[in-house]
Amino acid sequence: MRSFFQRQGKFRPRSSEEATGDSAIPEDMWVKCPKCGELIYSKELDHNDRVFPKCSHQFRLNARERIALLADDGSFEEWDSGIQPEDPLQFVDPKGAYADKLVSTQQKTGETESLITGSSRIDGRPSVMVVTEFAFMGASMGSVWGEKLARAVERATREGLPVLTVNASGGARMHEGLFSLMQMAKTVAAFDRLGRARLPHFSLLIDPCFGGVTASYATVADVILAEPGALIGFAGQRVIEQVTKQKLPADFQTAEFLLDHGMIDLIVERALLRATIATLIDHHVAPSRPSFSANGHEAGDLLAGTDDIARAVNAEPVRHSAS
Amino acid sequence: MSTTEPVSEETVSSHAAGLRPIDRVRLARDPQRPSTLDYIAELFTNFVELHGDRTFGDDGALIGGLATFHGRSVLVLGHQGGSNTRENLARNFGMPKPEGFRKARRLMRHAEKFQLPIITFIDTSGADPGIGSEERGQGTAIAESLLEMIGVQVPIICVVIGEGGSGGALAISLGDRLLMLENAVYAVASPEACAAILWKDASFAGEAADTMRVTAADLQRFGIIDELIVEPVPAHEAPRETIVAVGLRIAAHLDELVHRFDVSDPGSVERLLKERYAKFRRIGAWHEA
Repeated sequence: MRSFFQRQGKFRPRSSEEATGDSAIPEDMWVKCPKCGELIYSKELDHNDRVFPKCSHQFRLNARERIALLADDGSFEEWDSGIQPEDPLQFVDPKGAYADKLVSTQQKTGETESLITGSSRIDGRPSVMVVTEFAFMGASMGSVWGEKLARAVERATREGLPVLTVNASGGARMHEGLFSLMQMAKTVAAFDRLGRARLPHFSLLIDPCFGGVTASYATVADVILAEPGALIGFAGQRVIEQVTKQKLPADFQTAEFLLDHGMIDLIVERALLRATIATLIDHHVAPSRPSFSANGHEAGDLLAGTDDIARAVNAEPVRHSAS
Repeated sequence: MSTTEPVSEETVSSHAAGLRPIDRVRLARDPQRPSTLDYIAELFTNFVELHGDRTFGDDGALIGGLATFHGRSVLVLGHQGGSNTRENLARNFGMPKPEGFRKARRLMRHAEKFQLPIITFIDTSGADPGIGSEERGQGTAIAESLLEMIGVQVPIICVVIGEGGSGGALAISLGDRLLMLENAVYAVASPEACAAILWKDASFAGEAADTMRVTAADLQRFGIIDELIVEPVPAHEAPRETIVAVGLRIAAHLDELVHRFDVSDPGSVERLLKERYAKFRRIGAWHEA
């Protein structure tokens, strides 16, 4: 069994506990599954891509863990990490100034912002990878997000690369006011140009993805994937309940609900994500090659050629369509 | 923003002295404030409303149609609420559902096919937050409208006439010119929603409105809107004068765009889209270490 979580060096992912500043928690601790309530050794959970083996509950990954999951070892090169947020409104709420909140959040998460962009290889395929960090102010979309994403997509357009975006978000960042809202326009505009260059955008929606990100580039991708059980929607559930005074369906705004309603292309288990995305890249970037797998396997051989597949084939079958 | 020629000075009207942002929010929402249909009735002739998204339904909260403006056929789109409870129920309080945004997209494609400029009026508290709207892909519908608008090959002029509420407002405001009435507001979230989240109490909307910078003067200072249209008195106290003033500014911008960009010339269209791209590409507040 391969672990993404024992790598050393620059791209060694930090665990979620470290990322939230709770580094004192020992590595081998028991974790309770919020879905089935059973306990699991945290190391064992890590070994299983943070998917609970019994009930398939998907624990959230932080951005660096997500990159380690999807990008080939050591292939991720971060771009534009020097772009820093500002406080154009001089926004203040009861908890204090946004400017201070930014500093403390940067210290807490070790990230400069809620979006990380860069180049990567996915099972050997060169691609641009864009990943959100939910621990950074709920992965809210502000000016830095928009600028980094626009630059990454423009560079992908110039260099002829496919783009994978991995999207969790609480929505537009209120602290940057209309600047945040306008990032929806800015990012969609950049992806429009990528599309006109016939380069694909694959959007992976992960738990939770709401608001301005759902209402912009993330839902007009060429292929939209989601993780099982991820909550995805435009309006938050509390708002909908308050406004409509109606009881929400049990599976409301889950990935399965969106698939049922025709809003996404497919739901993919974590263990199969990398291979699925690699195959999608092949279909779009080199569709006329008879045998297009980077490892020399036949077209359409989804499970071939990656070392994390041995485990995948033993896992539950991938859900590619509504049951 | 950079490209606009003569625009009015950033002035505030005498009545505005002492107005807090939340007071502007109230003015923007005044039920007697001129609505999209009032602007259409006063400024346009030969209006033919076009209904339906051709997929699911028609949305009374986002209306559109063909009309004549200063001798030119155009597509006009806008949010439409009601001035009383009955109208509001019929128009879902001006909150569009996915079918509204999909109708907007359909009509924008129509405008492109027949090379008609697009004029939009923004006046909504936001996109509908309902179960059906989520089922039919509210986020997707807004995103599709944005994607359509950034690439549509005709000039677009957008005017915020009342409340510009978040994504539901943005969905039809991605144009070559964004004008805004002095007492209109445009915000990423309603001050009440912002207060409910950050103050844990919606009654702090006034404080939230202060710090959110939702007024036309703020947004002009940030370079997000192209022009502030002064309201010598609040629009609902002088509806006809306000509408005429807005019409003159739309006409000036439309003349300029039509003069500069020939929609039947591919090179000209390319320049138009390049300029539109640059307009949104540059919006943001960040620095690079």
